[in-house]
Amino acid sequence: MRIASRLLALALPCLVPLGAAAEMTDNVIKIGVLNDMSGLYADLGGMGSVEAAKMAAEEFGGKIGNAKIEIVFADHQNKPDIGSGIATKWYDVEHVDAIVDVPNSGVALAIAKVTADKNKVFIDSGAATSDLTGKACTPNTVHWTYDTWALANGTGNAVVKAGGDTWFFLTADYAFGKALERDTRAVVEANGGKVLGSVLHPLNTTDFSSFLLQAQASKAKIIGLANAGGDTINSIKAASEFGIVQGGQKLAGLLVFLSDIHALGLKTANGLQLTSAFYWDHDDMTRAWSKKWGARMNGRMPTMVQAGVYAGVLHYLKALKALGADGDGKAVVAKMKALPTDDPAFGKGTIRADGRKIHPVYLYEVKKPSESKGPWDYYKLIKEIPTAQAFRPLEQGECPLVAAKK
Amino acid sequence: MNTLFGVPIQALFSQLLVGLINGSFYALLSLGLAIIFGLLNVINFCHGALYMLGALVAWVLLEHLGVGYWAALIISPIVVGLFGVVIERTMIKRIQGLDPLYGLLLTFGLALVIQGVARNYFGVSGEPYDIPAQLTGGKNLGFMFLPNYRAWVVLVSVLVCGLTWFVTERTRLGSYLRASTENPVLVQAFGINVPRLITITYGLGVALAALAGVMAAPIYRVNPLMGADLIIVVFAVVVIGGMGSILGSIVTGFGLGVIEGLTKVFYPEASTTVVFVIMAIVLLVKPAGLFGRTA
Repeated sequence: MRIASRLLALALPCLVPLGAAAEMTDNVIKIGVLNDMSGLYADLGGMGSVEAAKMAAEEFGGKIGNAKIEIVFADHQNKPDIGSGIATKWYDVEHVDAIVDVPNSGVALAIAKVTADKNKVFIDSGAATSDLTGKACTPNTVHWTYDTWALANGTGNAVVKAGGDTWFFLTADYAFGKALERDTRAVVEANGGKVLGSVLHPLNTTDFSSFLLQAQASKAKIIGLANAGGDTINSIKAASEFGIVQGGQKLAGLLVFLSDIHALGLKTANGLQLTSAFYWDHDDMTRAWSKKWGARMNGRMPTMVQAGVYAGVLHYLKALKALGADGDGKAVVAKMKALPTDDPAFGKGTIRADGRKIHPVYLYEVKKPSESKGPWDYYKLIKEIPTAQAFRPLEQGECPLVAAKK
Repeated sequence: MNTLFGVPIQALFSQLLVGLINGSFYALLSLGLAIIFGLLNVINFCHGALYMLGALVAWVLLEHLGVGYWAALIISPIVVGLFGVVIERTMIKRIQGLDPLYGLLLTFGLALVIQGVARNYFGVSGEPYDIPAQLTGGKNLGFMFLPNYRAWVVLVSVLVCGLTWFVTERTRLGSYLRASTENPVLVQAFGINVPRLITITYGLGVALAALAGVMAAPIYRVNPLMGADLIIVVFAVVVIGGMGSILGSIVTGFGLGVIEGLTKVFYPEASTTVVFVIMAIVLLVKPAGLFGRTA
């Protein structure tokens, strides 16, 4: 009897923290959507990502057990210092449990670090840099939708194989552009192609004619656009005006979103090849989900980033439900990796040890105006890149998490 | 012989030309700003937003009313100019005589409101606006392919700048304008309606911004942020040229376009900052600007 009570007294302090961990902290699951709400990336993520996150929360009836699911959002203005400031405040003061979306690789790398320091959860959809699951991987990050390696592997490969063996890059002058150029350069060179030159342009440039003239002077067959959003739109528009394509050179948009094509119009954009992990008109499931999203967004159709936010939040909530707790970010991400993923936007998939979400990606070509049946009918499928080849092999990423496991 | 500082001469020529094209927009916009500052002493921070509004009106005309580019070139500046008159009559008028800071705050606030409303309705990616059929295509100049539309932009810009300079420097209306800048009380004593002159000037300055907006629509996209991207550079142009100096803003507008173009060849990473570096240097050496008069 005495021994038993002593044992119990010893065991109790151990049991209490365990009991506390096994529930939702403060009875609220708070998810913060952090992205560009007002600048050049606002249409590919922005409020559309917030709606997507809300749709995932609604599928759980707005709560798990007794814990309410709450979605908050903020604008990082594409500035890493503002982004990490918001993240720190969210985590420390406002009890946010997970941050999602975060386009702009510069900001995303900063958020990955803050999240790991605070042991929360970071599910990235908008950023491209493959370093998030490479050198900069953390046990708290999941990179959902796409990355620079997948883009390079998809578009780069296809273009080189179609005979585009000399390249000139127009590269956005920050983490993302440089990562995309690096990964594409590797693909081009591995396939026997040659890179003749590149030019770094500042983020959010309005006039690309100078840069395009340099690309033209290089006589490269392919002008690779290692930029995104408004920058890609302006590059393609100026290229069409300056007769780059008529001159025999071809453009390769390495990261092109549905919203970019919408802004360009099919007349300017047709024939462009691009890699995407999601297209609304892919199958019945994506169509049904996209229409639901569109009904909340003035009839627009979602980009892959917005679909990725939805799917990422959905899987996060599934993991929380299975785990019954949201306090320990590492444990939640470990659970996310352990559970297979399944959602209407990306189908069935998995999350790898380095945090990379794995699913097929697709090579599309932008339709001619005559081929399009109506608004938002923009892409035709060229080929599917199966899961096994879509993303960088685990062992090539230099992710310390993977090395530690060996 | 074929290279200069390691850059092929041909590339240099084409960059000079491209710089001139961009300079046309700087010149058109800074011209309006200079006129407004000269007479109203208001730093018109909503100039960029009104430039965007000019493009947006052209897009709405085309998309919803079927009115094409050529008509928009006239209608849009009138519509936006009238909007400017309303702004001046209802708001800017009330802060006259106060510290210029109030004008800056008011117009900056207006810019945010106009941009915010436009963003809410149109998103940030913008809407496509085609080059008018008569101006599509281009000419091969040997060293570069010059799109007809860009040549047209330079032409119009030079004409408009020249016309504005002529009106302010060589006509009676211009002499009233210049006199009211110097001493509004005295001019009013001669029986000239200075408040009306001020309203007209503001309307005209704004109409110039809208004209630049329509000209820009086919080159860039019509998007709510197009003005915000440009306005800071244009302000630098006005400061370098000398606040309120019309000739200064025209010359600096074209000149800075060219310098920026050249920077894009020699050190592209600095192309967005070079204008401000020049501004800092000019302010150190000649605080009133290149063409400004010291007060």
